Amino acid sequence: MTRRWRDLGLAGVGLVVLLLVPLLGAPPAIRDFIMFAMAYGLLAMSLNLLIGYTGLVSFGHAMFFASGAYAFGLAMQSGKFSIPAAFALAIVFTAVLALVIGAICVRLNEIYFAFLTLAFQMLIYNIILGWVSFTGGDQGLMGGIPRPKFLGIDLADRTQLYVFCSVLFIVCIAIMRQIVTSPFGYTLRLIRDNQERAAFLGIDVARAKLVCFVISACVAAVGGILLSLFVSGAYPNFGFWTTSGEAIFMILLGGSSVFLGPLVGTVILRLLTDVTIAYTSHTELVLGIVILVLVLGLRKGPLDVLAERLETRRQAVAQKVRDAADTEARKRP
Amino acid sequence: MSRLKLEGLAKSFGGVAATRDVSLDFADGSFSAIIGPNGAGKTTLFNLITGRFPPDTGRILLGGEDIAGLDRRAIVRRGIGRAFQVASLFPSLTVEEALAAAVQAHQRRETAKLQSFPLASSRARAAEIMEMLKLTSVAGIVSRNLSHGDQKLLDIGLALALDPKVLLLDEPTAGMGPEERWQMIETVQALWRAVHMTLIFIEHDMDIVFKVAETVRVLSYGAVLAEGTPDEIRRNPAVIEAYLGKAAGAGTAP
Repeated sequence: MTRRWRDLGLAGVGLVVLLLVPLLGAPPAIRDFIMFAMAYGLLAMSLNLLIGYTGLVSFGHAMFFASGAYAFGLAMQSGKFSIPAAFALAIVFTAVLALVIGAICVRLNEIYFAFLTLAFQMLIYNIILGWVSFTGGDQGLMGGIPRPKFLGIDLADRTQLYVFCSVLFIVCIAIMRQIVTSPFGYTLRLIRDNQERAAFLGIDVARAKLVCFVISACVAAVGGILLSLFVSGAYPNFGFWTTSGEAIFMILLGGSSVFLGPLVGTVILRLLTDVTIAYTSHTELVLGIVILVLVLGLRKGPLDVLAERLETRRQAVAQKVRDAADTEARKRP
Repeated sequence: MSRLKLEGLAKSFGGVAATRDVSLDFADGSFSAIIGPNGAGKTTLFNLITGRFPPDTGRILLGGEDIAGLDRRAIVRRGIGRAFQVASLFPSLTVEEALAAAVQAHQRRETAKLQSFPLASSRARAAEIMEMLKLTSVAGIVSRNLSHGDQKLLDIGLALALDPKVLLLDEPTAGMGPEERWQMIETVQALWRAVHMTLIFIEHDMDIVFKVAETVRVLSYGAVLAEGTPDEIRRNPAVIEAYLGKAAGAGTAP
């Protein structure tokens, strides 16, 4: 069985597990938790395409999360689009936005890239806040997002909404998985590890980074659309720097070297937040301590540590096999 | 027939002339060494040929086409591969992954269909390169865990993945012990014989240079001091003086 079929099989299993939740009569709070995790999980995993696979730390990724939510919400409020058309419009709008911003940012490295993305995010955020007549300003999109039926699907129904979001979520995960295990995914790893050398291999580093930037923005936009459908609105904080910071925190909590690490981080962060809120108003203090422990203690995400240990063990076994083969070869006359 | 020809190449950084009016001709399929004291401009010359910096003046003719001033990618595509003084690798990738990714970058298939990595063709080519460089036994080892010698070989392998017409090796034996140096240079020689290409290497070990190189070019203060066969260079008074100084160098081979 090829890796692709194995991954598609695992995606299918993931979808079945998600669909079992409503079928088994899970309480609405669990479903709501999963929907939040799916939306923010897409934000974190798409950001990890940049951070973990390409070595580009973006501080402004949430601008695409917001652009997806606002473009979709505004298209639906106009009454001129069906849900699939508004969805497509939001993705195309985000892709064009990412193409323009990315074309400027990807030529810069490290801290300059990070701060330029942050600057663009603050620009988008201030446009959302300032253009009150269009975006609703700090109140967000007023009046909710209409959800007319399409193809027999009624997203006003919470179960159908959950199923719809689950399918979209799994499709996005499968697409990202295919990207990171494809030749293009390995081109991104070459750039992450040593972009100077990658250029000496004839790779168009800027173009590859830009393609990755646009793809990750589009996936983040899907996350924003899911959240806007779930909360029936879009709010400026979707595109605020703290949302980008949360996404980075999710990656830190899970791990950037493992494909599903950011998703695990998303679940951990939401659990941490929900649990601490139940007991104390000092949620940020608890989260800050967790960050300190991770950064000063592990210096990477828990899944990164696990993956590293497994890799070390694998390499040690391989070394033993080589040593045994060498010894055997020396014994031969 | 000339494969690579440099004409009046010059490059300055600030007020310092790193390369001064360098004109050299490398025949197709030749095996040449570039030597010179530290700071002679050897690595700068490689940087100019590979497009890391554009020359201030002069021409770089690859098979008759002037490639001076083209960007690195365009130069690589025209058939110039390079290995570095300090091995420039992809630390988190295994030997096989790095080579297969380099091969498919060369095949321009990195953004083609989203097939699973590695493509069968790139995997086969990576296996050939590993066989040639005796890296097959470490195929699954991540590059950062390789021995120094294997790292230098992988660096050469990455350049080979581009099927270069001209291969530039910047001190392939740097940092190695005497025995390992000879093993490395024998591997490089075998490679040159197996793959018909023009090979130019920078080297400080004169025993190696005089034993294996067909022709030797000597740089000093950014300019060409001498060129010729190893025997001619060995007896050249200007070379002796550049290496050993005027008084001490009289009558002594470098």
